[in-house]
Amino acid sequence: MNFTQSFKLAIKSLRTSKMRSFLTMLGIIIGVASVIIILSLGNGLTGMVEQQVEKLGVNQIYVYTWGRGDGTTLSVEPEDLYALTDQYPAIFSGVTPWVSGGSGVRQGSMEFEKTAVYGVSEAMYRPETGTTLDGDTLAKGRYLRYVDVVQRQNVCVIGAYLEREAFRGDALGKTLTIGGVPYTVVGVLAQNSEVMEEGRGDDRAYIPYENAMALSGSRAVTLYQMTAVSRDTVKAAKILLSDYLYQFYQDEEAYYIETMLESVEMINAMMGVAMLVLVAIAAISLLVGGIGIMNIMLVSVTERTREIGIRKSLGAKRRDIRRQFVIEAGTTSAIGGLAGILLGYLTATGIGSILGGILLAQLGTSGITFNATPSLNAILISFGVSVGIGVLFGYLPANKAAKLNPIDALRYE
Amino acid sequence: MGHLIELRDVYKIYPMGDEEVHALDGVSLTIDRGEFVAIVGQSGSGKSTAMNIIGCLDVPTSGTYHLGGVDVSTMDDDQQAEIRNRMLGFIFQQYNLIPKLTVQENVELPLLYAGVGAEERHRRAMRSLERVGLAEKRKNLPSQLSGGQQQRVSIARALAGEPSVILADEPTGALDSRTGREVLGFLRKLNAEGDTVVLITHDNSIAVKARRIVRLQDGRIIYDGDANAPEAVVRPEETEEAEA
Repeated sequence: MNFTQSFKLAIKSLRTSKMRSFLTMLGIIIGVASVIIILSLGNGLTGMVEQQVEKLGVNQIYVYTWGRGDGTTLSVEPEDLYALTDQYPAIFSGVTPWVSGGSGVRQGSMEFEKTAVYGVSEAMYRPETGTTLDGDTLAKGRYLRYVDVVQRQNVCVIGAYLEREAFRGDALGKTLTIGGVPYTVVGVLAQNSEVMEEGRGDDRAYIPYENAMALSGSRAVTLYQMTAVSRDTVKAAKILLSDYLYQFYQDEEAYYIETMLESVEMINAMMGVAMLVLVAIAAISLLVGGIGIMNIMLVSVTERTREIGIRKSLGAKRRDIRRQFVIEAGTTSAIGGLAGILLGYLTATGIGSILGGILLAQLGTSGITFNATPSLNAILISFGVSVGIGVLFGYLPANKAAKLNPIDALRYE
Repeated sequence: MGHLIELRDVYKIYPMGDEEVHALDGVSLTIDRGEFVAIVGQSGSGKSTAMNIIGCLDVPTSGTYHLGGVDVSTMDDDQQAEIRNRMLGFIFQQYNLIPKLTVQENVELPLLYAGVGAEERHRRAMRSLERVGLAEKRKNLPSQLSGGQQQRVSIARALAGEPSVILADEPTGALDSRTGREVLGFLRKLNAEGDTVVLITHDNSIAVKARRIVRLQDGRIIYDGDANAPEAVVRPEETEEAEA
C-alpha cells in the first residue's frame, strides 16, 4: 500500500466522522492560528517601524558633544565636522549643528506656545537632493543660506502648520517674532504629517544655529545631526566619528554617537524576542492539539481493532498498518494546520486593519502602512510544524495498532 | 514433499494459570492440492487453533508446518503476513468486510497489500466479483448487501489474490440454512474448478459436504478420511455421555 492510497483512506476515515475530526483538529487550528496572528502582527509592527525610520532616514547619526566637564571649554566646532564630512564624501553626506531654541513664537497678537524652534546651519538643506537632512522638502521660498548663518541673519524657515495658522497659508516675506526678535520667513516646508497638529512635525521654525544658541543661552553646540551616504555606510561613519572625537577629547565620556540604524536594530531585536516569547506560548496550544490527536487516534485504534485484524489477515504488514494511522494523524493535523493558517491570516488582517488604523492615527505620519500579513516562511513553517505534530503524536497509537495480534484483533467485538 | 499443507507433530500449548492447555496435542496432517477438507470438532477441540496455525495467524509451540514446501512455523509477524497475502484466502463467519470500503475496494485489499498496480488490481477484483456473481454491486457498501451477498464478497476477496488455499472458518455460521447451502455449493464449485478448500466447522451436516473429514477432539485427530464413510460422523464423546 503506497502513500496515495493511505492518504485517500485517511480522508475517507476523517469524512466518516466529521464532527470528531473537526474537534480533533480544533486544537491544531487554534494553535496555528494564534502563531500566525502573532507573527503577522509582529511583521506589521516591524514593517511600520522600518517605514518610519526609512522616512526619517535610517542613515541619520546624532553626535552629542558635552565636553570633558573639567572646566575647560575645549569643544568640537562645526567647522571641524564640516571638514571631516568633506574628507569622506563616500561615507558622509551631510552635517549640521542642531541647537534647540526652545519653543514659542508670536505673530502679531497670536501666540504659538508649542512651536518648536531649532537652530541649524545651511548644511541642513542639501540642494542636490532637494531635501533637508530630515527628509523634508521645501514647498515655498528657499532654505537658510551660508550668509544667513555666518551673519546671523534674522530669517527663518517654517513648517506648513505654522504657515497655515499664523499666516493663513501665505507666509513668505512676512515677519514672525521669535524670542522677542522679528524674523523674516524665507521658506516654507512641505506638509510632513497626514494630519497637521499643534506641536507636531509641521509646527516648527528653523533659524541660524548661532541665533538659537543666543536664544537658549548656550555657549557651544552640543548636538550635531549628520547623515551617512546610505544605510551601508552608517557603521563606517560611526567608526570614523568615534576615532575623530576620541582624538579630539581623549575621553570617551565627552561625546556620544547615536545612529538611527542601531536604534532600529535594537528595536527589531527587542520585538523579535517579544515575538518569540508570544509564539512559544502559542506553541503550547499546538502541543495540546497534538495530545488531542494522540488521544483520538488511540480511541480510533481501539474502535478499529477488528478492521486492523482483517487487514492483517489479508496480508498487511506492521508497517502498512503503522503508515495508515500515522498518515491519518498527519492528515488530520495538516488539514487543521491549513485551516489554522487561513483563520490566522483572516484574523490578523482584521485585527491589523483596526490596530493599524489606531496606531497610524496616533503617529500621524503619512506614507506609512501597517501590513499585518504573515511571511511565506511563517506559513510554510506552521504548516510543517502542524504536520510534524500529527505524525509525532500519531506514531504511538499507530505503533500500538501495528503490533496488534491478528487473532485477537479478528475476535474483537 | 509434494504436499501443499504438511503439519508434523504440531503442539500448541497455552499457559492457563498454573496449568498448561494443550490446544493441539501432537497433530500431523497433510493436505494436497485440489482437496476439499473439513476440519470438524466441538468447541475446545482445537479446530480454531488448527485453523490459526494453518492460516499462518499463529505459530506452533513445537512441531513443523510446511506450506507449499516452505517452513512457515518459525516465521515472524511480517513474514507470516506475506505468506497469508500470497498463499491464503480467508472466509470468515462474520464476513469481516471493512464497512466503509465499497465492495470492490474490499476485494482489492489483498492485492493492495501485495503491491499490485491500480489497473491490474481493478481487473482482478472484477474478475473475482464476476465469479461470485456480484460484479454489478461493486460500488455498494457492504451494509447495502444481504448476508449471503456479503459472504460472497468475502469469497471474492479470498479469491482475488489467487491463493493456494482457501480457508473457510464457519462460513455458514451467520447465514440462514438456504443461503448457507448456497455458499457451500459455491465452495464445492471452487473445489471442482481446482481450488484447494479447507473448511473449519463444528457442524457435521456441513462437514459432509467436503470430500474429506478431519475430526479433532481434545487437540488430537480422531478421524481422518472419506467424508462419506459412516465413521466420519460418529461422535465418540456423545456415545460416552449417553453411556454415563
